[in-house]
Amino acid sequence: MKIHEYQAKAILARHGVPVPRGEVTFSASEAAGIARKLGTPVVVVKAQIHAGGRGKGGGVKLAKSPDEATALTKAMLGMTLVTHQTGPEGRVVGRVLIEEGLAIQRELYLSIVLDRAAGKPVIMASAAGGMDIEEVAAKTPEKIVRVYIDPGVGIVPFEARQLGFGIGLDGTQVNKFVKVVSALYDAYLATDASLLEINPLIVTSAGDLLALDAKMNFDDNALYRHADIRELRDLGEEDPLEIEASKFSLNYIHLDGNIGCMVNGAGLAMATMDIIKLAGGEPANFLDVGGGANAEQIRNAFKILMSDKKVKAVLINIFGGILRCDVLAQGVIAAVKELGVPVPIVIRMEGTNVDEGKRLLRESKMNFTTADSMDEAAKKVVQLAG
Amino acid sequence: MSVLIDKKTRLLVQGLTGREGTFHAKQAAAYGTTVVGGVTPGKGGTTHEGWPIFDTVRDAVKQTGANASVVFVPPAFAADAVMESADAGIALVVCITEGIPTFDMMRAMTFLKERPGTRLVGPNCPGLISPGKAKAGIIPGNICKEGRIGIVSKSGTLTYEAIHQLTVLGMGQTTCIGIGGDPLIGTSHIDALTLFAADPDTDAVIMIGEIGGTAEEEAAAWIKKHFKKPVVGFIAGQTAPPGRRMGHAGAIIAGGKGTAAEKMAALTAAGVTVVKSPADMGRAIKDLL
Repeated sequence: MKIHEYQAKAILARHGVPVPRGEVTFSASEAAGIARKLGTPVVVVKAQIHAGGRGKGGGVKLAKSPDEATALTKAMLGMTLVTHQTGPEGRVVGRVLIEEGLAIQRELYLSIVLDRAAGKPVIMASAAGGMDIEEVAAKTPEKIVRVYIDPGVGIVPFEARQLGFGIGLDGTQVNKFVKVVSALYDAYLATDASLLEINPLIVTSAGDLLALDAKMNFDDNALYRHADIRELRDLGEEDPLEIEASKFSLNYIHLDGNIGCMVNGAGLAMATMDIIKLAGGEPANFLDVGGGANAEQIRNAFKILMSDKKVKAVLINIFGGILRCDVLAQGVIAAVKELGVPVPIVIRMEGTNVDEGKRLLRESKMNFTTADSMDEAAKKVVQLAG
Repeated sequence: MSVLIDKKTRLLVQGLTGREGTFHAKQAAAYGTTVVGGVTPGKGGTTHEGWPIFDTVRDAVKQTGANASVVFVPPAFAADAVMESADAGIALVVCITEGIPTFDMMRAMTFLKERPGTRLVGPNCPGLISPGKAKAGIIPGNICKEGRIGIVSKSGTLTYEAIHQLTVLGMGQTTCIGIGGDPLIGTSHIDALTLFAADPDTDAVIMIGEIGGTAEEEAAAWIKKHFKKPVVGFIAGQTAPPGRRMGHAGAIIAGGKGTAAEKMAALTAAGVTVVKSPADMGRAIKDLL
């Protein structure tokens, strides 16, 4: 799960990471008041969306007066912000963060993620803050310093010092940096974060360190134990069909094509998308109905697929293990009877009780196209989608 | 021969009294696996479907001589169950549970490093089967056939697909290992390939990977150096969009890394026969032998 910058900063502040003073608003009428309260000659107006690259897209601006803060907030709220992370359709800005302006001396980069190969969290720091870290990693990898944290021990001060001296901080700054890194690691662990990124971490002309930006993602599997974080979910940032699918515990991702897919198992669902593309078609979605799907789940899945008006044909690819093919067939027949699915359906199933499943489909006298293998199914559905 | 499980396996089921645990314990027993009992804390001393239930894994091991365990415990308690089995000295722990918090697994992996006598398979996996001998997990026995091909896969139903393709072509399997689609897993592709390398009855291997992480690239480098048997590879997620988690917690292209194209190129360079279509896995093995 993702959250907004201002929400991430609030979490970090609670764990002792210094952040700029600021306030979020949903309405331009509050902007001048916030700017006045902050009292700095310049305030920063920042559009809040779940995507990076906001500055280049016009989502971060400086205001030199409370009136200008109002004007900028007014312009930003409701605007569609397009960045390299939003895709061409962009995101509509629904909230704006107004922060004190700070005199920046240096911009640094700091992040924590899980290193899968090492099985440990890795803290990365770089003197090249404010830039796209992937670009830094590709062009000047020597500018990134890493330490791997032993999960049983946690962060030890010398590791944080290694990072601080590694990116060229002086003795006084390193002491402040060690505190920031420890607080950051606390926040990472306490919230079951999957990504924590401060880009940039700034050194002000007064010599203070602050998180000027903050990005936090969380492990969906651990959200059950973080009620406070679940409340930060912004449904406005999510695809409506994906929100609907998540209510039924369906793993659904909306894509751009016109062939709806219903598959059991994440790997097979990905492979089904792949084989559709190989056959010359474009999948409309990724949809994993899960290993233990029942007739009700199949019906819910159909509803989601049919809500996508771009779908011109549906491919159902099920390998029956726990999910028996006859149960699947009953579910499909019931769903089509109830919902009146108006597009061609190609069904490929294999595994437990497959003969019984095929018999049910045949005897339903409904207009299903069946296939015996994945490639045959893909070719047929691509043809039917036109 | 086979790897990891066979007729000598004495299988304990953690979470046997639950719905999934009960169903799959019965399936495993019906397949011929020696299922010796279950562990459900608080229900020790009772029996369930004829099997003795124990409060702790240590008790179960003492009473039944269990040497393998399969975990069907809900996500919030699964890492705990894995560590308990490792602590009791169980040699093979197969964790089926999907949805375990990453930090729970991180702690479990640290715990397991201190106990090298225990091998974990999974989590978030279908488990493993040695056709005709035994199974620990949820792979349907009826699609398998005894034979000489090994399978190692991150994906559950895609494993079934590979098994089915082989069986239809008349080629059986030594052992099929589902290693799971989570970011942190106990047994890697390389670990499974190491076992197949040492098994004289395995002639060739199907290796199935997914987008995300770098495990396939590491396996490719290892295969190039050490693995002499023919390998057919498939990577799921060739058309997956970056930055989206494709069902499995580990299946995500992040920071431009973990794409299918990179993995397929690495495997091809290592001499693996990489198929673009998941429908071609069985045929490709047949062509190689």
